[in-house]
Amino acid sequence: MNRIEIDNDFCKGCHLCIAVCPQEVLEISKVRSGKGYLVPRVARVDDCTGCLQCEMTCPDLSITVIHDKGKKEADHA
Amino acid sequence: MHPLAEKMLRKSALPSIYCPGCGHGTVLNSFLRAVEKLGIYENMALVGGIGCSGWTPVFINTDTIHSLHGRAIAMATGLKLAQPKRKVVVFSGDGDCVAIGGNHFIHAARRNIDLTVVMLNNNIYGMTGGQVAPTTPYQARTQTSPRGNPEQPFDACELARAAGATYIARWTTAQPAQMAKAMREAIEHKGFSFVETVVQCPTQAGRYMYGTSSAVKLYEMLKDNSVKASKAGELTPEELTGKIVVGRLLQKTDRPEFTEGVYGLSDAKGA
Ligand SMILES: Cc1ncc(C[n+]2csc(CCOP(=O)(O)OP(=O)(O)O)c2C)c(N)n1
Ligand code: SF4
Ligand code: SF4
Ligand code: SF4
Ligand SMILES: [Mg+2]
Repeated sequence: MNRIEIDNDFCKGCHLCIAVCPQEVLEISKVRSGKGYLVPRVARVDDCTGCLQCEMTCPDLSITVIHDKGKKEADHA
Repeated sequence: MHPLAEKMLRKSALPSIYCPGCGHGTVLNSFLRAVEKLGIYENMALVGGIGCSGWTPVFINTDTIHSLHGRAIAMATGLKLAQPKRKVVVFSGDGDCVAIGGNHFIHAARRNIDLTVVMLNNNIYGMTGGQVAPTTPYQARTQTSPRGNPEQPFDACELARAAGATYIARWTTAQPAQMAKAMREAIEHKGFSFVETVVQCPTQAGRYMYGTSSAVKLYEMLKDNSVKASKAGELTPEELTGKIVVGRLLQKTDRPEFTEGVYGLSDAKGA
């Protein structure tokens, strides 16, 4: 299973990652981050295909998808 | 924080000044991916103009100049001539690049100097409050065109082509992987390369021009209005109105590069 990390210190709650995910893995959280934003939360991680749309779109580089085999996708440039 | 951000961003400058959902951030994201893949992090220098877009290099922990409004390309020209082995990339807003800086832009293209110019086009002056720009669509409403823009916009890619650029691509924030690839090609290209990135500005262009400050809605507009360059030829001018032609628009190698020419000449004179 892929792992998805959202960094609440830098996320600005724009919800682009939620909108671009073809698998509807993410949804809006009901709680605000320490910065006051309604950050996304990972709702259906099983459905994540690791396509990286979310992390390539994030304007604040606050979401990271760590692929199953532990391979960080930093080289998926 | 994403590992690429961990590696390359200047932590003291974070969080970025961008508003939530600002497309400039996606351009920054794509650029980090391009740099990582090319392996040029240790051998680049970045120049930003003034505007929200001009801040982009400031967030990257490398040699950067946050220059003057419109003068980023002029400074980059000097930098490239002084240190020709560096990969020099300019980040310039649409106002910065083709309004106040329009002359530097066309002359850098004319010289075919080996710079990469990334123009972050939000169709407006974002930082100063949403004034009309030379890229603002005809009849669009802004803070300084409340009854609609009476001016015709520039197509910056066509301007670059006419002036002599040798690599040109345009992508929107809805195609971040292609945007990163275009930046790689542009940086590797020897000569003047231009990547127009069409981005959402929820705060200014969104609110006043497009009737929504939702980054998601604006992103979807960019996505829906994008037309691949390979398909654009089949469309009539009317059908292309309001569309954004995306893709690699030009790549050619038939013009001499300026920096090499300058060093070649000084070598010939024994300088
Ligand atoms: C010489 C000069 N003139 C005007 C300004 C005011 N000014 C700052 S940013 C800007 C326009 C920014 O628009 P753009 O380049 O499109 O960048 P954006 O903020 O939209 O990313 C202007 C007019 C300035 N800083 N310096
Ligand atoms: S990697 Fe793809 S499938 Fe997984 S959360 Fe991101 S956008 Fe959705
Ligand atoms: S795209 Fe980035 S900043 Fe926006 S909500 Fe998702 S993680 Fe947060
Ligand atoms: S004003 Fe517009 S361009 Fe400037 S940071 Fe905000 S959204 Fe981005
Ligand atoms: Mg602008």
